[in-house]
Amino acid sequence: MKPIIKLENVSYTYQQDGGRPALKNVSLDVYPGEWLAIIGHNGSGKSTLAKTINGLLVPQEGSVEVAGLSMNEENVWEIRRKIGMVFQNPDNQFVGATVEDDVAFGLENQGVPRDEMLKIVKDSLEQVRMWEFFDKEPVRLSGGQKQRVAIAGVVALSPDVIILDEATSMLDPKGRLEVISTIQKLREEKKLTVISITHDIDEAANATRVLVIRQGEVYRDGLPQEIFSSGEELVDMGLDLPFPEKLKLEMARQGLQVPEEYMSEERMIDWLWTSSLKK
Amino acid sequence: MMNKLILGRYIPGDSLVHRLDPRAKLVSSFYFIGIIFLCNNLPSFAVMGAFTIFAILLSKVNLSFFLKGVRPLIWLILFTVILQLFFTQGGQVYWSWGIISITESGVMNAFYIFCRFVLIIFMSTLLTLTTPPLSLSDAIESLLRPLKAVKFPAHEISLMLSIALRFVPTLMDETEKIMNAQRARGVDFGEGNLMDKMRAIVPLLIPLFVSSFNRAEELATAMEARGYQGGEGRTKYRQLKWRLKDSLCILSYVALTFALLWARN
Repeated sequence: MKPIIKLENVSYTYQQDGGRPALKNVSLDVYPGEWLAIIGHNGSGKSTLAKTINGLLVPQEGSVEVAGLSMNEENVWEIRRKIGMVFQNPDNQFVGATVEDDVAFGLENQGVPRDEMLKIVKDSLEQVRMWEFFDKEPVRLSGGQKQRVAIAGVVALSPDVIILDEATSMLDPKGRLEVISTIQKLREEKKLTVISITHDIDEAANATRVLVIRQGEVYRDGLPQEIFSSGEELVDMGLDLPFPEKLKLEMARQGLQVPEEYMSEERMIDWLWTSSLKK
Repeated sequence: MMNKLILGRYIPGDSLVHRLDPRAKLVSSFYFIGIIFLCNNLPSFAVMGAFTIFAILLSKVNLSFFLKGVRPLIWLILFTVILQLFFTQGGQVYWSWGIISITESGVMNAFYIFCRFVLIIFMSTLLTLTTPPLSLSDAIESLLRPLKAVKFPAHEISLMLSIALRFVPTLMDETEKIMNAQRARGVDFGEGNLMDKMRAIVPLLIPLFVSSFNRAEELATAMEARGYQGGEGRTKYRQLKWRLKDSLCILSYVALTFALLWARN
């Protein structure tokens, strides 16, 4: 299968950062239909990586290729059509004065005729279950609802890839779940590729592949079960663990015998009720 | 803070005035303010006053809102009226003391100024009370569009206007939050003399500016990521429709103009 996003030896240095590179020699292939979670602590270069992928930042070295198009002045707008991005702060990315205006913003930019626009806006808002709020202003919405509108705005443009740049980090647990389940549903229906940059480890545990970034370099790359089974190592890096792994660590500390392999919540429950725990 | 400000607020409703095209309302309000300076006697003010009251009744908005709209400007009105009253010479002198005198034309001028002020405020309050800010910015864009021929950035101005309007409540919220945060740390707003008051504003203003810069940066990034490349080749989601009642509105102003020209000296 051909990768939809291909980064080769990408390096990027912010001018004001005193020469310390934010990205160092990053090479990455993302395949269609994948859910790639990028994790790493603050300042590890996650967001820089996301902005490099859709051309908001131009790397000093290396090449970026999206859907067979290499990133340059001419292609950048074409590439941005293929990539939808949802940012962290729900308030600061809400351009329109009302929900429907905001969803229509991207379509207006592409010069979609108005009749079509009306239909697409309605469809996209229904997909994120926000149609009933179509004429509401952003002040009247909760954070999670605003993020769902932002997703609708992205979905309206029917991109191949959605990048979530810490899109759930400012939400409460309920809003976070809403947004994640919306994305999951969309991914299944539309065969989207999702790249989620996150601190939320449960969000990463849902992914099909996890990339750990440290100081601008790819540190680990693998299936979630591979990454999270190396428990202590991740904790040392300042990252969190999924709940079953934390439980396992704590049980091991209490002197209980626990299996080595990574376990999802379901597996953990199965194991717990079939095992006879004795000290 | 918001509750005191009636000027610029929108009261949702479904009257004839509410449903008019915002362009018709905007143009006619400006026109009204223009022709009110043609008034020069009692009958002409009576014509304009009757028209205003008729428009207010049509809008079905409670009259108290209009009176509240006048309130913040009451000192300005009184000041101008008193100046006119005391310092205009001419006609029969009722009372005088030194350079101050109340004369017949002084009284008339003061009354005219008062009427002018009140009518202008009523009409502009009527415009903002019955038109959502967003429609107003649409109307402004649509009216500025012909100016593109002389390289006037109509699209940019209207985009700035609609973003500004969209962020007013967000920034209000933020101001409130920063104020409370600074209060929690011991800043006294509105206490002490003028100097103290001004000094207390600094820890409010600077964080507000800084966060506005950050907001602007993030908003620009989000807009770019969604394919915004400027006004060229864009389509519009919102569309204004000019209907028969809008033409009738303009016609009523033509009629008003004739009535006014007939009534004045």
